[in-house]
Amino acid sequence: MTLHAKSIAELSAGLRAGEYSSVELTQHFLSRIAAANAALNAFVTVTADRALADAKAADRRRAAGDAGPLTGVPIAHKDIFCTDGIRTTCSSKMLADFVAPYDATIVERLSAAGTVLLGKTNMDEFAMGSSNETSFFGPVKNPWNPAKVPGGSSGGSAAAVAARLAPAATGTDTGGSIRQPAALVGISGIKPTYGRVSRYGMIAFASSLDQAGVMAPSAEDCAYLLAPMSGFDTRDSTSVQRPVGDYVEELGQSLKGMRIGVLREFFAEGLESGTGARVQAAVDEFRRLGAEVVEVSCPNLPLSVPTYYVVAPAECSSNLSRFDGVRFGHRCVDPKDLMDLYKRSRGEGFGAEVKRRIMTGTYVLSAGYYDAYYLKAQKVRSLISADFKNAFDKVDLLIGPTAPTPAFDIGAKFDDPITMYLNDIYTIGANLAGLPAISIPCGFVGELPVGVQLIGPHFSEGRLLAAAHAYQRETDFHRRIPAAYA
Amino acid sequence: MSLTRKDVEGIAHLARLGITDTELPVYVESLSKILSFVDQLNAVPVGTITPMAHPLDGEVQRLRADEITETDRHVKYQANAPQVASALYVVPRVIE
Repeated sequence: MTLHAKSIAELSAGLRAGEYSSVELTQHFLSRIAAANAALNAFVTVTADRALADAKAADRRRAAGDAGPLTGVPIAHKDIFCTDGIRTTCSSKMLADFVAPYDATIVERLSAAGTVLLGKTNMDEFAMGSSNETSFFGPVKNPWNPAKVPGGSSGGSAAAVAARLAPAATGTDTGGSIRQPAALVGISGIKPTYGRVSRYGMIAFASSLDQAGVMAPSAEDCAYLLAPMSGFDTRDSTSVQRPVGDYVEELGQSLKGMRIGVLREFFAEGLESGTGARVQAAVDEFRRLGAEVVEVSCPNLPLSVPTYYVVAPAECSSNLSRFDGVRFGHRCVDPKDLMDLYKRSRGEGFGAEVKRRIMTGTYVLSAGYYDAYYLKAQKVRSLISADFKNAFDKVDLLIGPTAPTPAFDIGAKFDDPITMYLNDIYTIGANLAGLPAISIPCGFVGELPVGVQLIGPHFSEGRLLAAAHAYQRETDFHRRIPAAYA
Repeated sequence: MSLTRKDVEGIAHLARLGITDTELPVYVESLSKILSFVDQLNAVPVGTITPMAHPLDGEVQRLRADEITETDRHVKYQANAPQVASALYVVPRVIE
């Protein structure tokens, strides 16, 4: 088997057995990136020198008998995570020349585990988008068909993993930005519970929703990375002080006796029929593997998208006020006064979708409108969260589609924000309620992959990964690689 | 909900965003659409429901001891600044 088709567990075993060094492994992935990135645009920055230095250090660590399961394994980081001394752009003109002065906690922790940094992946600008078309550095292409989007906002990480330019990559998920692109490119992606993974050094979009996670071919691969990323961090005030499970060990859990609820609201109007059929087949497979499948309802869930498009823009307008053209980021030429400096720096530095969301948020928070929009949305958010709580009184996990359709054409939805926003109709609920959720590949419509989503109660990452792993032991959709990148 | 050009100019000013004359009508249209879309929340009876500001019940924001934990790293931080003089951030004159 070629190196890039191997799982993290297989790569780790190969490194341990001395079949290849981390330097050789790293060179293999760097040459794949060099060959494919012009076509895919998955990486904003390739850190070849850093990668080889990391790999040499990993090989030395192994020689010294100090290697863990991830030592010497190459990965990529979404360009939303600060990397000390490396350009960190958030795919925005605003930060096009920003060199992060410190490492995000997850960057630090994965480095400490011995991973090798291949580079920083492209994304929707400030993680605002579902197609990767809002990036200042241009759209990412879907490796299954370059005319299609890879999803977003973690589209670069998704495309890089799907084309096997990296064994795994980090992502962030505010309204579906890990799960939706994972579904559209045929890989696995987990958004952990809100507060499970530190957000220190992760550029903020909507602070009551943002969460970091992992994208990789399989749930097992995700488990290997999620474990060291998780856990309490004093530098993130929303970080939760709870013990972290051994996610790799927990993969052995059986599906027998597990109750899985099919979310009625997710199989309604708007779900493309081929996608619905593949997801239904996955539900049947879970039943065959021993899970008890029942239908459940979360009646307020269809309100997720309008709720999100009040809450997220409101928080984004506040978070992005830090970009003022003074301390870091883009500054306009020859400002005539301070107001001109603010307005022109921000007007030039932010792209159209980011400005649209800042203005939506500014409006819903403005005097006279706060109660009608923001407070109202927070109340509906309570209703949605309560629906999930009721559902988890009856079942262990929920199941449904990740996205309503397979990957769509680049440009097809770009001019209509509402159509674009509705891509996240099945993913936003988990963010509003702070729940962990995973998308895994479950088949194809034509040449394009389809994802099935599992949602769990708070802190059920181990159970989610185990259920996904049980499915992946019986199916091979997660092993399929686009022909052009096999 | 339909916004006017004047409304959008007002919002852009509050958000300190310079919007060009060609961008303005695009935002008038798309922001009006977004607000009409979220208006469906008005049909939901929410009465006395507690608003949810944070997804995790019972988790409260921690406080920490009032001790210095950061070292002086202004040189590194200011390497990203558009304009610095004498370790100060330079902006256009504010007081005449």
